[in-house]
Amino acid sequence: MNKRLIAALTAVIFAASPLSALAQAKKDAGPNLSDGVVKIGVLTDLSGLYSDLAGAGSILAAKMAIEDFQAQEKGRAFKIELVSADHQNKGDVASNKAREWFERDQVDMITDLVTTSTALAVMPVAKEKNRITMVSGAAATLITGKNCTDTNVHYTYDTYALANGTGKAVVKQGGDSWFFLTADYAFGHALEKDTTAVVLANGGKVLGSVRHPFPGTDFSSFLLKAQASGAKVIGLANAGTDTTNSIKQAAEFGITPKQSLAGLLMFITDIHSLGLKATQGMYLTEGFYWDINDETRTWSKRFFEKHRRMPTMVQAGVYSSTMHYLRAVKAAGTDEAKAVMAKMKSTPVNDFFAKNAKIRDDGRLVHDFYLLQVKKPEESKTPWDYYHVRQVIPAAEAVMPVAQSECPLLKK
Amino acid sequence: MFEFLGITPQALYSQLLVGLINGSFYAVLSLGLAVIFGMLNIINFAHGAQYMMGAFIAWMGLTQLGGWLGDSTLQINYWAMLLIAPLLTAAIGIAIERTMLSRLYKLDHLYGLLLTFGLALIIEGLFRYFYGVSGQPYEIPEVLQGALNLGFMFLPKYRAWVIVASLSVCFATWYMIERTKLGSYLRAGTENPRLVQAFGINVPLMITLTYGFGVALAAFAGVLAAPIFTVSPLMGADLIIVVFAVVVIGGMGSILGSIVTGLGLGLIEGLTKVFYSEASAVVIFVIMVIVLLVRPAGLFGRER
Repeated sequence: MNKRLIAALTAVIFAASPLSALAQAKKDAGPNLSDGVVKIGVLTDLSGLYSDLAGAGSILAAKMAIEDFQAQEKGRAFKIELVSADHQNKGDVASNKAREWFERDQVDMITDLVTTSTALAVMPVAKEKNRITMVSGAAATLITGKNCTDTNVHYTYDTYALANGTGKAVVKQGGDSWFFLTADYAFGHALEKDTTAVVLANGGKVLGSVRHPFPGTDFSSFLLKAQASGAKVIGLANAGTDTTNSIKQAAEFGITPKQSLAGLLMFITDIHSLGLKATQGMYLTEGFYWDINDETRTWSKRFFEKHRRMPTMVQAGVYSSTMHYLRAVKAAGTDEAKAVMAKMKSTPVNDFFAKNAKIRDDGRLVHDFYLLQVKKPEESKTPWDYYHVRQVIPAAEAVMPVAQSECPLLKK
Repeated sequence: MFEFLGITPQALYSQLLVGLINGSFYAVLSLGLAVIFGMLNIINFAHGAQYMMGAFIAWMGLTQLGGWLGDSTLQINYWAMLLIAPLLTAAIGIAIERTMLSRLYKLDHLYGLLLTFGLALIIEGLFRYFYGVSGQPYEIPEVLQGALNLGFMFLPKYRAWVIVASLSVCFATWYMIERTKLGSYLRAGTENPRLVQAFGINVPLMITLTYGFGVALAAFAGVLAAPIFTVSPLMGADLIIVVFAVVVIGGMGSILGSIVTGLGLGLIEGLTKVFYSEASAVVIFVIMVIVLLVRPAGLFGRER
């Protein structure tokens, strides 16, 4: 073996040993950390259908946040480590990994948690161990509703905001009868339920729904049912390749453009994959789009240089939430979850992702959303120039009102 | 009767037809597996990855090749790819068979299964690394765009083509193995390789080519799938488990069994989607359990 390699390995082993961590902690006059280091875990889908919209991009976003935080602190920051793992979109895999991270590796905060089932599985573990979860990838309102915890923040988006943005816009355009194509798990059900409420509230009606196994490949049977319903709008309460396949096959069976599709959760990576020709004119709601203002463009271009793809809202949310967390640790002077959480809730988020956004007691980050419409191919000037911003949905309108929430933490 | 079921006859017919289309995919894929298992006794877990490679090669030929060679007008169309993609994938398959699989024939089935499973993970991982999972768009060839009005439904022309193409390939394969001289050598070669070799037939070569042929069938299904399912590294992994269930139900290694079971299960799955769509992902496995309990060798299999 090469001598330098041995030296490097020894250094790594020494750096990782508890002795050196202790020495490090004593040297720093910084915050009082439980084990001398703030450890952040990105628990995400690295191999399945959500790995493009979260996955490696989310790990990169967390890494960028840590580097930027350390640069801002000019090297005087506390020690920060990043770990990551693949939860395969399975709740049991996610909760086991989280338990291992909390118990053995002293991880202080877990972020991303794409797929509602994994977020719901990890949140109670974090509460039990008094650590923080910052959910960026998952969508269901359950996360800040019935299943809310006081150690969790739901950062980027949720099914209420999506339903409210897209559902309302489509009904206003005349799409007043709906049929749902729903992914058969917590997220799909939540999205269908929330959109149904919005459609009904705006004077539309819902003719029926069909639930498809997750993940699926062939949606033609379900689409034929939707076609037979005669609804003007087919609401796609699914995500990732399930959505792209549904859209592709709807065109094939002549369902579009006679009936129109509403993608209730679509990411910029889905539009990129389908192309503008297949998606032009569709409405969608997102918590972030790279081309909103100079700040979003600057950050997104930095991200693009490293990842070769523009960030999704999930990835931007991972950056912003990690940064907010690290600042709170510094301000609180400790990594103890309750103290950090109090700091995060009392300090508004002000960055490229959100302006003056506050974390509510149920864990919901209350920030603006964007109602977007996909451009026609000839309107798109540069690569990834995909959306018209049709409306900025103000924070107060975008998130579920406190009165409707089932979260016990809000009832104090 | 239809009132009783709460569905119109039109809806039922169209769902059955959709089931038949999916069934024909199952048939081609399970046929490839059955050929490989029946002749080589290898459980080819890389089949899903090879199906995905077929789709990816088609996509590369249409959209990427021109860019690589610096001439953007250069592309290989769908029809040529129906031949080229299976050939290329088969060549890769043959290389795998010669360098790795051929060393395992004397060992338990399990070793072949583990090797091909590992290969599948590596191949899928590589494609995921380079292309991500969101999938790549592939246009339906121009002549097959649009739909036919059958009265009870609009049948996309491309789907009609899928049924025709896959049934023809299935029948041709069955005919070649069960009814021609080449097929009889092949069957004899698996029963008693020494004796057949004594007649001057090159059995190892025949086995290598058979593996290549099974792989080519997977890639052919991949090219057929490219325009309707998103071309993504995960497309094979999602399908392969179902296809294995089809092979088990049909009887491991039975050529006719895999074709008939593939089509039949497509229909059953289609019907499940009509009446209780939540169960459509498990219905095939429920049938598999029942078949294994009643006829452990599968519907068309022989006890050895």
